[in-house]
Amino acid sequence: MPLIHIKDVVKTYDMGAELVHALSGVSLDIEENEYVAIMGPSGSGKSTLMNVIGCLDTPTSGLYEFTDQNVGDLDDNELAEIRNRKIGFVFQTFNLLPRSTALHNVELPLIYSGVTAQQRREKAEQALVSVGLGDRMTHKPNELSGGQRQRVAIARALVNDPSIILADEPTGNLDSKTGIEIMQLLVDLHEKGNTIILVTHEEDIAAHAHRIIRLFDGKIASDEVVAEPLIYAKAE
Amino acid sequence: MLRLHDFKEGIRIALTAIGANKMRSVLTTLGIVIGVVVVTLMATVIEGLGGALDKSISSLGTDVYYLSKWDWFGGEWWKARNRKDVTVEQAERLRDKFQLAEAVVPVASTWQRTMKYKNRSVKGNVNGTDPTYEITSGVVPEDGRFFNLYESNSGRPVCVIGYDVAKNLFEREDPIGKTIKISGYSYRVIGVFEKEGDFLGTSMFSKDTQAFIPLPNFLKIFGTNRSIDIHVKMWEGVDKESAKEEMIGAFREIRGVPPGEENDFGVNTQDFLKQVFDGVVSTIGIVGFLITSLSLLVGGVGIMNIMFVSVKERTKEIGTRKALGAKRRSILFQFLIEAATICMMGGLLGLAISWPLSLIIDEVLPSSMPLWVVGLSLSISIAVGLISGIVPAYTAAKMNPVDALRYE
Repeated sequence: MPLIHIKDVVKTYDMGAELVHALSGVSLDIEENEYVAIMGPSGSGKSTLMNVIGCLDTPTSGLYEFTDQNVGDLDDNELAEIRNRKIGFVFQTFNLLPRSTALHNVELPLIYSGVTAQQRREKAEQALVSVGLGDRMTHKPNELSGGQRQRVAIARALVNDPSIILADEPTGNLDSKTGIEIMQLLVDLHEKGNTIILVTHEEDIAAHAHRIIRLFDGKIASDEVVAEPLIYAKAE
Repeated sequence: MLRLHDFKEGIRIALTAIGANKMRSVLTTLGIVIGVVVVTLMATVIEGLGGALDKSISSLGTDVYYLSKWDWFGGEWWKARNRKDVTVEQAERLRDKFQLAEAVVPVASTWQRTMKYKNRSVKGNVNGTDPTYEITSGVVPEDGRFFNLYESNSGRPVCVIGYDVAKNLFEREDPIGKTIKISGYSYRVIGVFEKEGDFLGTSMFSKDTQAFIPLPNFLKIFGTNRSIDIHVKMWEGVDKESAKEEMIGAFREIRGVPPGEENDFGVNTQDFLKQVFDGVVSTIGIVGFLITSLSLLVGGVGIMNIMFVSVKERTKEIGTRKALGAKRRSILFQFLIEAATICMMGGLLGLAISWPLSLIIDEVLPSSMPLWVVGLSLSISIAVGLISGIVPAYTAAKMNPVDALRYE
């Protein structure tokens, strides 16, 4: 069974006067340890697809099975639990709590899954070390650079050992040099066995992925395997 | 169900949020602060009044009836004005006629007379009475003694003075045996009453500022043309109600009141103090309750408003928390705890203000802030926080994570 199984998913928004078809019949499977980029111009439905995959939203119709669970059957709390345990989010704007330390930011998903304080601290420290921020744990977001903030966010996404890491334009708010570092980090995570789904509209960011799915008008326009994914560290 | 980690995180978030908006949080709690100050001071004053009442009742003597031309409380003074005076002769006849009383004591009083010793002088009421006064008064001389039957009947120029009179005239000197001038006449001090204290901030009913002299002497100096009071104390064990009826009947007969007409005298008891007290307490209670509820209402609305602002400001944070796996319940508790914490701080601030004020009240009206009021105020504050936080917290809890994340 694939990790993600999406079949004929439709998502419609009722905007009062008109119905907006954000997704009109999308089907795709994603296997474990894939590195997939979802691309498309704005309005193509890629954000909606990401929200559906991330269990932030449920499809209007169609089937979405995530780790063999039918997401359409789940209520709010069950969705929250899936997001908590199986999905790691990385946002374009980092979305860190501004007044909390890096460590507490990374601990947050563990707080909601009820892990003891002792374990929480250990796991969060581990995650921060793994993204190269072992010496920045007690810093607050405003004491960190953009790239460091995104690393904290990635550590937060990793801390619960999720089934997928869902990165929405992770380099959108970073300069190109820092962006490359973050992409490299994602490549490393992929090599360690993580499943990564990247949402972007930039070709050179998507070029890191092993498979690119292009959306247009709420439908899949193309779904291709990348012959040679870009790896900066090895290219240099 | 509130899980411990939700609770801890809630407290942590609340403190962070309050810390980031100190001024706003303090201003928001103003209504709560006022509410708590009013409710605690109100309770302190009521407790002080209760203490004063107990003291005053004991100073008047228990189970004593005061027959007088006047009604102390209520009644119609313009009718009372036309009544015949109550006289010493009537008191003597009542004493002979009415056998259920342990003591029937005539007390004649005159107001605001000057008492002098050396170059010091004070003003106070002067009463003429006889030795049985000791039975009805409920207090005994602290120093010396009350005048005896011989001194009383022969109208000797002796006096027993109140605590304050003694203190003001004699300071550190021993008053016993000294001679003072009352309205220019010389009296030898033979006793000083123990201290009684004030009632409701006035010494009107207190013996502290008064002097007592034998009745015949009083009538000679201050004149017989006056209405006196008769203090009646029943024997232990007699039925109070029927004894009172019998006393009234006897006194009506002495005063020549025809059957069917209402009494032409007042039958007063210390109950009037209770009525004054109850009146004062319920007035304070009603006013305090109104102010308290109004300020708590205003405070609650303020908290609700600030919580809506807080939820709005942190929409993106709520979205992030939800994406990371916060359930509705966690978000709900987060904001409820924040509201409750703000209000509790308001409550503590209120207590911090009313505590020194209660010490000031204590100076005027001996009292202390009851501990249960402290608990009650904090509970009320927290309750106000929870009630006014529930709608904003619920708004936050049911936010759609997608919309919340997109909110800028």
